[in-house]
Amino acid sequence: MSERPTQPDNTRIVRRLLLTVVGMFAFGFALVPLYNVFCDITGFNGRFTDGQAAANTKTVDTSRTINVQFITRVNKGMPWGFEPEVQSVRVHPGETKVINFFAKNLTGKNMVAQAIPSVAPGEASLYLNKVECFCFNQQPLAAGSDTAMPMQFYLDPEIPEHIHTVTLSYTMYDMTENAQPDALAALAQPVN
Amino acid sequence: MSIKLITALTAMIPMAAQARSQLNLPQGVTEISNRVYDLHMTIFYICCVIGLVVFGAMFWSMIRHRKSKGRKPATFHENVKVEILWTVVPFLILIGMAIPATSTLIAMEDTSEAELTVLVTGSQWKWHYRYLDSDVEYFSLLATQREQIENKFDKGENYLLEVDRPLVIPTDRKVRFLVTSDDVIHSWWVPDFAVKKDANPGFINEAWTKVDEPGIYRGQCAELCGKDHGFMPVVVIAKEPAEFDAWLAEQEQIAQREKEEEQRLLAMSMDMDELMELGERVYLGSCAACHQANGEGIPGVFPALKGSPMALNDMQGHINIVVNGKSGTSMQAFGNQLSLRELAAVITYERNAWGNDTGETVQAADVNAFINE
Amino acid sequence: MSTVVGEVDQHDDHHHHAPSGITRWLFTTNHKDIGSLYLWFSFIMFLVGGSMAMVIRAELFQPGLQLVDPHFFNQMTTVHGLIMVFGAVMPAFTGLANWMIPMMIGAPDMALPRMNNWSFWILPFAFSILLASLFMEGGGPAFGWTFYAPLSTTYSSDSTALFVFSVHIMGISSIMGAINVIVTIMNMRAPGMSYMKMPLFVWTWFITAFLLIAVMPVLAGAVTMVLTDKYFGTSFFDAAGGGDPVLFQHIFWFFGHPEVYIMILPSFGIVSAIIPAFSRKKLFGYASMVYATAAIAGLSFLVWAHHMFTTGMPVFAELFFMYCTMLISVPTGVKVFNWVATMWRGSISFETPMLFALAFVILFTIGGFSGLMLAITPVDFQYHDTYFVVAHFHYVLVSGAIFSIMAAAYYWLPKWTGHMYDEKLAKTHFWASLISVNVLFFPMHFAGLAGMPRRIPDYSIAFADINQIVSIGGFAFGLSQLIFLWVVIKCVKGGEKAPTKPWEGAEGLEWTVPSPAPYHTFDTPPEVK
Repeated sequence: MSERPTQPDNTRIVRRLLLTVVGMFAFGFALVPLYNVFCDITGFNGRFTDGQAAANTKTVDTSRTINVQFITRVNKGMPWGFEPEVQSVRVHPGETKVINFFAKNLTGKNMVAQAIPSVAPGEASLYLNKVECFCFNQQPLAAGSDTAMPMQFYLDPEIPEHIHTVTLSYTMYDMTENAQPDALAALAQPVN
Repeated sequence: MSIKLITALTAMIPMAAQARSQLNLPQGVTEISNRVYDLHMTIFYICCVIGLVVFGAMFWSMIRHRKSKGRKPATFHENVKVEILWTVVPFLILIGMAIPATSTLIAMEDTSEAELTVLVTGSQWKWHYRYLDSDVEYFSLLATQREQIENKFDKGENYLLEVDRPLVIPTDRKVRFLVTSDDVIHSWWVPDFAVKKDANPGFINEAWTKVDEPGIYRGQCAELCGKDHGFMPVVVIAKEPAEFDAWLAEQEQIAQREKEEEQRLLAMSMDMDELMELGERVYLGSCAACHQANGEGIPGVFPALKGSPMALNDMQGHINIVVNGKSGTSMQAFGNQLSLRELAAVITYERNAWGNDTGETVQAADVNAFINE
Repeated sequence: MSTVVGEVDQHDDHHHHAPSGITRWLFTTNHKDIGSLYLWFSFIMFLVGGSMAMVIRAELFQPGLQLVDPHFFNQMTTVHGLIMVFGAVMPAFTGLANWMIPMMIGAPDMALPRMNNWSFWILPFAFSILLASLFMEGGGPAFGWTFYAPLSTTYSSDSTALFVFSVHIMGISSIMGAINVIVTIMNMRAPGMSYMKMPLFVWTWFITAFLLIAVMPVLAGAVTMVLTDKYFGTSFFDAAGGGDPVLFQHIFWFFGHPEVYIMILPSFGIVSAIIPAFSRKKLFGYASMVYATAAIAGLSFLVWAHHMFTTGMPVFAELFFMYCTMLISVPTGVKVFNWVATMWRGSISFETPMLFALAFVILFTIGGFSGLMLAITPVDFQYHDTYFVVAHFHYVLVSGAIFSIMAAAYYWLPKWTGHMYDEKLAKTHFWASLISVNVLFFPMHFAGLAGMPRRIPDYSIAFADINQIVSIGGFAFGLSQLIFLWVVIKCVKGGEKAPTKPWEGAEGLEWTVPSPAPYHTFDTPPEVK
């Protein structure tokens, strides 16, 4: 029978275990981007990339009509008006639509906002393509002024048969404290 | 102490007797809730049978194979056949459970082709309902009196399960709920519909129901959402479709009338006594949960209003925070929850109660001017 | 690093007698001393966390608000959970590991004795910080032990910083403990003690230690993100900045579900030692026990989202997590069947350790059944966040983990103290605990099914009767644990002299050394055949 193992052995195991610990700590943070990728692929939680989609090249499927609903919400503590031009619109898969959203800054100071989208059912977010959207960027709005913000989208014609209604919600958050430089620059210009 | 306890105990007896004592999952009033109930019972019975076999064998050994009966221990400690058997059999039982579970789940998650959509928004600590495709929206707050909670009055039949304005939905129509939140995570739950969905701030979740029977159905917030998590019930009234349509049309008219009434009242001003009286009522209903009835708040969590510089000096700031709330805190925007009159009254109250004797009144017109400035 | 490793045979009190007084305990590197420190610490935490449970049960004794305000109630549920998980159950297991693993594998001590000292002595600081936060302005943590964002970030009081700091310290302590266990088991086994000859307690702890290494850092990551979200402007969990509060739950439960097994696997090892001893028969299916433990540990990484079915997941994800969760019941079932088969045709006697072990098997299995019910997604929508869940995890953790710790304490007390405990008093403790634990937790199933949400300070009058019964059970269970304290103190102070091997059917190296176990054991390794 052999002697008990010698000391260097301990050091090696400990070193490996500590590396694992550091690795797992990093993995905890790696879960953040991994989760985002996972959400993009699966439509998990109705989140989707704010990436700009190319214009539709597939044929419009006129045999189906899908009801697209719009919900606008403003985070508390943020005195803005925020409304869609219409509550809902009926579209054929593949058909491109432009919907205007109206925002009004009710305060006496310049503000910057960011709209955060969410789609229900989550699965539908995989087929909702936005060619142009105010949610891609922060939205600066001078004190008391208002604006119309366009959102151009189409539904991929491959959207599953069982989806008849798609709800698109935007929640407006106050980002004045964390505004991006270009949004601030836009505010610095005199408002006409 | 003990006398108090005994009185409390005796007081409980009649109350306990009148309470509908229920020990199982409700069967509910929808097709889905019935399927869920059946699934629950099936799995429960399977567990009972397995338990009976395992515990039976265990008790058999405990009774028959004891040392005090002079048993000599056997020596076996392995049996591959038996071990394979009790790995495979449970696996097959699991497959048997998974099949009905899967089909029920798929049916539950099919939100397509709904005839009515309601946006349900949770916030600390109330629910807000908005009927999409119509102008009707309102808050739904706990209606149980403070005095019942504090044991000063007898508790009513629906203690903590009653609200001022319940959600109304039609029977026999598929109703889709979009669930979201304004602050922390809440969870909208009606056991009779077998619907429980988390309200995540910034995101919308979907659920649906199709109620078979008209009636009043009660539930509660199911996700810890802060101090008054236990005090934000859900009450849903299911009405016959025709009755529901009439109700919705009436609500639209009422909403319209209220708007007009509001405009008319702008021209009138209220005196201090009127404002203070209404203000106290609104304060106790909407503000006292956090800022406390004595205006002292809870240090470190909810700021005191008594002696607060804003309540004493900064009237515009005060109107702003009440109307718009404060982001990143529990302070909500009351601008869309209270009427202009109520806002004016409660701000006046806060500026004059508990020794905050500013002597200033705020009128509905002032609040309106602020909002439209 | 080189300062803490590789000092097995070098620490200087090795051949001296232990110093006395407080310094003995402060500077000790002896695995038995550190084991005792852990065990006493965990018992104190058990009483502290238990008194918080008493506050909760007193408030819930009848409907209406009587004793505490809802904000304080939330602090009690939160800190009760944190203390019981990180302060009572986990340190108790680490204490048992410290005492028993070296003796079971024929090692003179733990592999890294100075780190061992550190890993214990940072714990009292962690819990002092946590408890002190209760006295801060705004109170202590009130967001539940699961600290879901944004309740724990944007909407929490400033004690959150202290909470995060104390969880970090607890995590570091657990990780150091786990490293020590792994190195000890890998390097310090006596000649001939191959892996497949190790007692199951050693095996289950070995696997638990790997789980700890894998998930405690993830918890550390989660609390760090909470801290930076609250104080440093990041938005991991804030939708406004592109984050997602549901992400928090994924990260937390990625830690949280393996954590559940961290708190139960060592119990399996304890019960697998006690049942054969008092059945006077070898453990049935040793190898399958090892494989089942490993299978449970492996599967525990694939089931986390069953805690979050109501957060709104796509159907395929719900199905995946449901199936994986159901699958866990197979290896768990194997374990239960093996214990029953061990008892079958044995020669059973019912000393207190055996009573607790048997109660463990039955009550843990009941907890397993409710766990299986909770795994079924469609019904979980009804059970989720109700008292049914509270009943489930208390069956698994109290009448599971804690009962197994009690069983272990009675089983090894003669070895630790050199005295037999008072059997009559111990049996009183057992029967009082058994009855009260069921009065306490069984009716909670009904409250949950009938619709009572968890973590509420006041409830509808329909739940009044059930809550009254539960509270009475709670007070009785709490008081019963004082009997345990009495038995232990009595046993430490004196009592019938314990022989080297007080239990007829017991097996293992720990029963080859005298009782009480000398300060140093196995300085020369035993031969294992």
